[in-house]
Amino acid sequence: MTITHVMAAEAIGSPALNLAIFVGFVIFTLFFVIRASRTNTNAAQMYTGGAAFSGRQNGIAISGDYLSAASFLGIAGAIAIYGYDGFLYSIGFLVAWLVALLLVAELLRNTGRFTMADVLSFRMQERPVRMAAAMSTLAVSFFYLLAQMAGAGGLVALLLNIEGRTGQSIVIAVVGVLMLVYVLIGGMKGTTYVQIIKAILLIAGASLMTFWVLAKSGFNISDILGDGAKAGASLEPGKQYGLTETTKLDFVSLSIALVLGTAGLPHILMRFYTVPTANEARRSVVWAIWLIGLFYLLTLVLGYGAAALVGSEKILASPGAANSAAPLLAFELGGTVLLGVISAVAFATILAVVAGLTITASASFAHDVYANVIHHGKPPEGAEVKVARRAAIVIGVVAIAGGIAANGQNIAFLVALAFAVAASANLPTILYSLFWKRFNTRGCLWSIYGGLIITITLIIFSPAVSGGEKSMFVNQDWSWFPLSNPGLVSIPLSFFLGWLGTMTSKEHLEEKVAEMEVRSLTGAGAHKEALEH
Amino acid sequence: MTRPPDPHQTTEANVDADIAARRAAFVQVHESPEFLELRSRYRRFVFPVTGGALAFYFSYVLLAAYAPGFMGEKVVGNITVGLIFGLLQFVMVFGITALYIRYAQRVLDPMSTKIRDELEAGGLR
Repeated sequence: MTITHVMAAEAIGSPALNLAIFVGFVIFTLFFVIRASRTNTNAAQMYTGGAAFSGRQNGIAISGDYLSAASFLGIAGAIAIYGYDGFLYSIGFLVAWLVALLLVAELLRNTGRFTMADVLSFRMQERPVRMAAAMSTLAVSFFYLLAQMAGAGGLVALLLNIEGRTGQSIVIAVVGVLMLVYVLIGGMKGTTYVQIIKAILLIAGASLMTFWVLAKSGFNISDILGDGAKAGASLEPGKQYGLTETTKLDFVSLSIALVLGTAGLPHILMRFYTVPTANEARRSVVWAIWLIGLFYLLTLVLGYGAAALVGSEKILASPGAANSAAPLLAFELGGTVLLGVISAVAFATILAVVAGLTITASASFAHDVYANVIHHGKPPEGAEVKVARRAAIVIGVVAIAGGIAANGQNIAFLVALAFAVAASANLPTILYSLFWKRFNTRGCLWSIYGGLIITITLIIFSPAVSGGEKSMFVNQDWSWFPLSNPGLVSIPLSFFLGWLGTMTSKEHLEEKVAEMEVRSLTGAGAHKEALEH
Repeated sequence: MTRPPDPHQTTEANVDADIAARRAAFVQVHESPEFLELRSRYRRFVFPVTGGALAFYFSYVLLAAYAPGFMGEKVVGNITVGLIFGLLQFVMVFGITALYIRYAQRVLDPMSTKIRDELEAGGLR
């Protein structure tokens, strides 16, 4: 899953055609964004599109938000190179949605309005909890953003034949600026339209390629698997993670982070607020589950198909390495035109996900930190939207800078990091505040800050960062933590810290539990002012 | 953000009284048999189902990590045990989703709608 620094090989396909298709997508989506801009005037519109989307629209947008570059390029590549071990990503990313559907989506929609912190601070001391939730929202979004922007850099090398580091940096900056245009003009409504269009294109593109691969082998899946296995994509687990006891444990650790991370991803949680009721939130998740599940089934065929038709070795040797499995397969199947279409879809994927992340991070800053922590919930008239826009610009600039710095880094590593942070810092507090009466402010703060600090510390001292062959710093070694994904340790510890903080604090908030439980399960007052408390 | 002017929010005292009254209304509903029934029916479904789904998921993970030979065994053609196990995870996710929808629409929604309507008819904003 590494994007190599070496961009020496020649590009495939026609860069001009790739670019033309991408520009076409941008113009087409900008049309919707500008239309959406007419109503993008207040905080509710900016953050949630006025909560006016239907469950189906939102479900498609969620799948557009969720199926990031890591899902499309990353999983297909992981399967093409490692075979069965890459399949774990698909399964973990999908099963995770059950946690979101059954435990989180509806209750969250009923108790909050704009951000994850709305729910966490419902019955706690509001300001410290909002501050903590905003910090972890920013941290998760930042790592997720880095992964997407780094993915953009790698893709460019392959598709537009831009080999120099400077040229790629310029393209990353262009992607960042475009994303900002979407966010600033269209707000959540515009971003949602972009995600819907992108999801449809992505799923249609992947379906077309899958059909093509199947047709080539006479619709014999067994043959595709066999050919893929001969070319290097193992049918047996363990090619990537079965080497030593430590790597096996790493596999387990990754699987925990994947399955528990989704329901703690702030940009996914925020999407539940773009629909008017919990019923529509449920419908959104159901649509998302069907689409995401379908897509991951396709990636299985695409991964083995890429191994069979292109060859694992050839994929690894190409610029972009594992991440270029899907584009290379497209070129193998449909030549220059299909490659151009699939690359434009991949770019659109990155653009849409980055826009969604930026909205979430800027909303969390403006709504939680500025309006509630600094101004005690009563910001000056119209100021919150202005702050949100400025925050979006700052986040955009940071994302561009980070993306340029991370260009060449391992996408899957960065995304799994975001999942581990979300599963450690966010999920325990979300579940505790929804289901545990005794939970209180100290428990909340210990779990969020503790989870954040433990996860990031373990990652910094893991072989993913230093001391290994695939580390970010190959020549130095300060690692002492053996696993490259910290989930196995950090998630249980965060749950434990939430419990410990709660039990050592004398604060009892049970009286507010009645209101929160009734609201969360019935939706009473949810479509009005859910937050005056 | 802008909020519409609210006649109830003229004085601080008024606001406090409002909040106290509303909290009392919530506590009353919270203790009602209808609500307890709703909560228990919701939790009796989602807790065991989530637990079971995660158990099935982790059994797949552990088998893949520690019994690769078994997972790599071929059943039909090149279709392995591991592949079937993986695809069963998809089936499980789709199946539980469908079951939950049916359960929520038949059992949970009528109960929660009734409680919400009563609360909102009682003047809850």
